Amino acid sequence: MHKVVITGVGIISVLGNTVDAVSSSLYNGQSGIIVDDQRVELGFNCPLTGVIKDFDPKARLTRKQKKTMTDHAIQAHAATMDALEMSGLQPEDWQNDQTGLIFGCDSSSIAAIEQVRLLKERGDTGLIGSGAVFRSMTSNVTMNLNTLLKTRGAAWSISSACSSGGHAVGQAFTLIAAGQQDRVICGGAQEINWESMCSFDGLGAFASNTDAPTKACRPFDKNRNGLVPSGGAAAIVLERYDHAKARGAQILGEVCGYGFSSDGELLSNPSTTGLSMAGAKALKRAEIIPKDIDYVCAHATSTPAGDIAEAVNLKTLFEGCSPAISSTKSMTGHELWMSGASQVVYSTIMARDGFIAPNINLETLTPEAEGLHITPFTIERAPHSVLCNSAGFGGTNSCLVLRY
Amino acid sequence: MTDPEVIQHVNDLLAEEFELTFDQMRPEALFKEDLELDSLDAVDMVIILEQAFKFKIKKNEAFKRIRSLNDLHKFVLEKKKEL
Repeated sequence: MHKVVITGVGIISVLGNTVDAVSSSLYNGQSGIIVDDQRVELGFNCPLTGVIKDFDPKARLTRKQKKTMTDHAIQAHAATMDALEMSGLQPEDWQNDQTGLIFGCDSSSIAAIEQVRLLKERGDTGLIGSGAVFRSMTSNVTMNLNTLLKTRGAAWSISSACSSGGHAVGQAFTLIAAGQQDRVICGGAQEINWESMCSFDGLGAFASNTDAPTKACRPFDKNRNGLVPSGGAAAIVLERYDHAKARGAQILGEVCGYGFSSDGELLSNPSTTGLSMAGAKALKRAEIIPKDIDYVCAHATSTPAGDIAEAVNLKTLFEGCSPAISSTKSMTGHELWMSGASQVVYSTIMARDGFIAPNINLETLTPEAEGLHITPFTIERAPHSVLCNSAGFGGTNSCLVLRY
Repeated sequence: MTDPEVIQHVNDLLAEEFELTFDQMRPEALFKEDLELDSLDAVDMVIILEQAFKFKIKKNEAFKRIRSLNDLHKFVLEKKKEL
């Protein structure tokens, strides 16, 4: 099996549009959550959302290129180009069949709505336009990136609800470790628009304390009352270690374990056993034991049931000891399909810049998490061995072990 | 609208939709080889022309034979005369 390393990361996030801006937000515990006035007018239970500021979609793509791309695909392209620039790879390095693209994405709502509206308005399918069919697919990110970058290897998207991004990084790791790809650009992308969130809002799973938006998302806090939807795009360049070393690349970290499982229980409520099963598999693959982990980038989304389930799973996995734990969703909100991949980017940024980001808004620890070292404060040391948890509707779990 | 005005309007529409420069838009320019427009772009070209000039193009055999910008100008002028 080949060793797999991280040589580039890029992100368009509610915490910033560059790695340095995101690092500053993570270090300072700054929230990217606002009240969306349109959701107030539309009668949402929760008008809160993460928001991406000052991102210019015209900066790197032509109108013709954007015609087939969703907003989140355009953000994924920006994140990917930043990650590739950081990696030092050149087009001649990736335009071959040993380079792949795998992203996590599980919806594309706007195009589906728009094409129906245009058909009803214009009365002719030929007048819908050429881009809608491509924009309406969940594989929109990878099909467009494949065309733009001209990679020739793997090119597909993984749809597994809120663990999509985690499984995308995990599968990229698996393909490189097995020798099937030399490098894979992987990540996750999530649309931010009210249209994609209205029915989710109706389930009552979103935060209800909307008076102070930046305090609404409070994973592991006793007074948490729901998640805050968010999104953007995260990209990671994974390479076979020997190739990266041979070209003198900067090695940012290593992906050394990936474990997955499914709960086989309920659609929306996670089990108390599935995530720890995936975690144990990831640790085994990384050939380490639980006490070797010194930071957990938790899935915790701030829902009453989900955070309890993760706390129980973490206690099972770590058997009485506890590494430092924080949920970056306390600042970003829940980046859904993107989150499993953004956690890898956030953890890599922390390792690069020498800190562990806080779990903000943790004032009173939920009783079920007692004994776990969930940090409400920034820790002034770099993480060395990290577990990234992600879990999705239907009970699909992804755990990644990263080493820095 | 005079014929030169129609041609200018067609060129303006194409320049806007496909980010073409007027230097590229020589009458003899071939859509595929010179302007790098493909069959998907043809779908959108039909939409902008139908909406601008209020005639129908869909399933028109003459439109399918268009290869150059000059061919398109002639096609649009003919269709306008039919209105």
